[in-house]
Amino acid sequence: MIDITGRVLSVWRRNLDAFLRTYRVNFIPPFVEPVLYLLALGFGLGTYIEAVDGIPYPVFIAPALVSISVMYSAFFECTYSSFVRMYYQKTFDAIIATPVSTDEVIAGEMLWGATRGMIYATLMLPVLMLFGVVSMPSSLLLIPFAFLAGLLFAGIAMCFTAITPSIDALNYPSFLFITPMFLFSGTFFPLDLLPEPIQYFALAALPLTHVVGINRAITLSALSPINLLSLTWIIVATAFFFVLAIRLMKRRLVV
Amino acid sequence: MLYSHDSTDRSGGTIIGDVIVARDLEKRFEDLIAVDRIAFQVQEGEIFGFLGPNGAGKTTTMKMIQCISPKTGGTLQVFGMDVDTHQREIKGRLGVVPQETNLDPDFSAYRNLLVYARYFGIPKREAEKRAEELLAFMQLEEKRDVLIDKLSGGMKRRLIIARALINAPELLILDEPTIGLDPQARHLIWEKLRSLQAAGNTLVLTTHYLDEAERLCDRLVIMDHGKILIEGAPADLIREYAGSNVVEVERTEEAISCLAGLEVNYDLAGDMLQVFTDRPNDVARGLLEACRHEAAVTVRPATLEDVFLRMTGRRLRE
Repeated sequence: MIDITGRVLSVWRRNLDAFLRTYRVNFIPPFVEPVLYLLALGFGLGTYIEAVDGIPYPVFIAPALVSISVMYSAFFECTYSSFVRMYYQKTFDAIIATPVSTDEVIAGEMLWGATRGMIYATLMLPVLMLFGVVSMPSSLLLIPFAFLAGLLFAGIAMCFTAITPSIDALNYPSFLFITPMFLFSGTFFPLDLLPEPIQYFALAALPLTHVVGINRAITLSALSPINLLSLTWIIVATAFFFVLAIRLMKRRLVV
Repeated sequence: MLYSHDSTDRSGGTIIGDVIVARDLEKRFEDLIAVDRIAFQVQEGEIFGFLGPNGAGKTTTMKMIQCISPKTGGTLQVFGMDVDTHQREIKGRLGVVPQETNLDPDFSAYRNLLVYARYFGIPKREAEKRAEELLAFMQLEEKRDVLIDKLSGGMKRRLIIARALINAPELLILDEPTIGLDPQARHLIWEKLRSLQAAGNTLVLTTHYLDEAERLCDRLVIMDHGKILIEGAPADLIREYAGSNVVEVERTEEAISCLAGLEVNYDLAGDMLQVFTDRPNDVARGLLEACRHEAAVTVRPATLEDVFLRMTGRRLRE
């Protein structure tokens, strides 16, 4: 069974402390990324695009930028960064020698990945507000939802970390799973431009599709019952990958 | 004294006894038996050593004691508790110095101790006080705010020991505590380990340095191929398995026939012949006088290294 107590927070805090120690460099992406994307795609390329489903192009991509940032930060935190802590720094070994359990180490890593996604979403929000591409106050919901979406990507990431033979092999999920998702999840053009089978595939297997759908409803202040389906999909998948990641990691670490 | 431990339990009664009890302890992997049904007991307040060539099963045994590697057979109790069912309780009272340096490179020496204290649930104030005390104890005050990468090997080792003491453990487990250190650093660590023992701590260590084991350990076991070969106090083991002295002479046909003529048993040790004996002068005189042996004949006291090599052989281990 899964063995998690409040000690999971000590693992989470370790990562938060390390993040804050180098906060200057960590705080660059969430400020710079949305500016670059909005200028190049939203207002540059976007001048050729009148509107998407009646929505100005910069407003259309704004929620996708948040979704992508949450995905990247949580996924890379729990793949490359977690792998470095586990394999090169032996940080997991050091923690497991204390009353903290293996389950708590892995859960703490995933909670931290989710938190990092949430921090990035929070920092992006004022930038998007300055550009006037998100409606308030509904867009404040981006923040709590970023934690849930972050936890989903952290869980998926941790499953890959648990089975990867080396740090280089983590490039496979990064390029074959994350990069296609970045492009084909209703991020920069609507999903219904794609052939129908691919649309179904995206809805079934690309988690970012559901995240973008919900975030877009939030920033447009247009939440509808159909978003509940996406929310359910995300909650079920998050729970599944969270448990699976712990199982796989225990198989790797407890010998 | 730093974190002294007396031998009274929480109800006030006296308990002097075994901190670790292993019976038929076994660790089996798919294709090998790393620890093959061993039995040993570690008594409160002693320094107990595990010696053996690489792959003998020492580190695996340490990991089972630390509750991080589940045993596959037998019984193992630490502080009277079963390692399978009381992992958190046992780990909370242990201090661990691992073979590999796994300090947290993201933090300074001081922060390393504070972050580690949090894993034990030690309140912040108390953790800060202990961290300062431990830096002083391990003579690392000047490196308080230095990142791990900037510390020397000896400093890292000292900091790992300080970290292992953050929860005031009753039992300290050290896997190769002085590996790769210069003589100054080794002596400092030995001194600190002895003062911890004097404060009532129990220490279990593995080492490849036989002089270290001979100096530090009250009792030790020599392991090979997952089994315990011999167990006892270093001096007793030397007396029993090597005799008081060793006579060494170059390995020549002449020396061999001379020793055979003297009816003395000898061991082949590379390009030397070794005679383990309680009467070294008689053997040396025999070689020099009776056989008019001209090459150098050395007489020296037997050491734990002699016992070790006699028990585990000279074949190289990978």
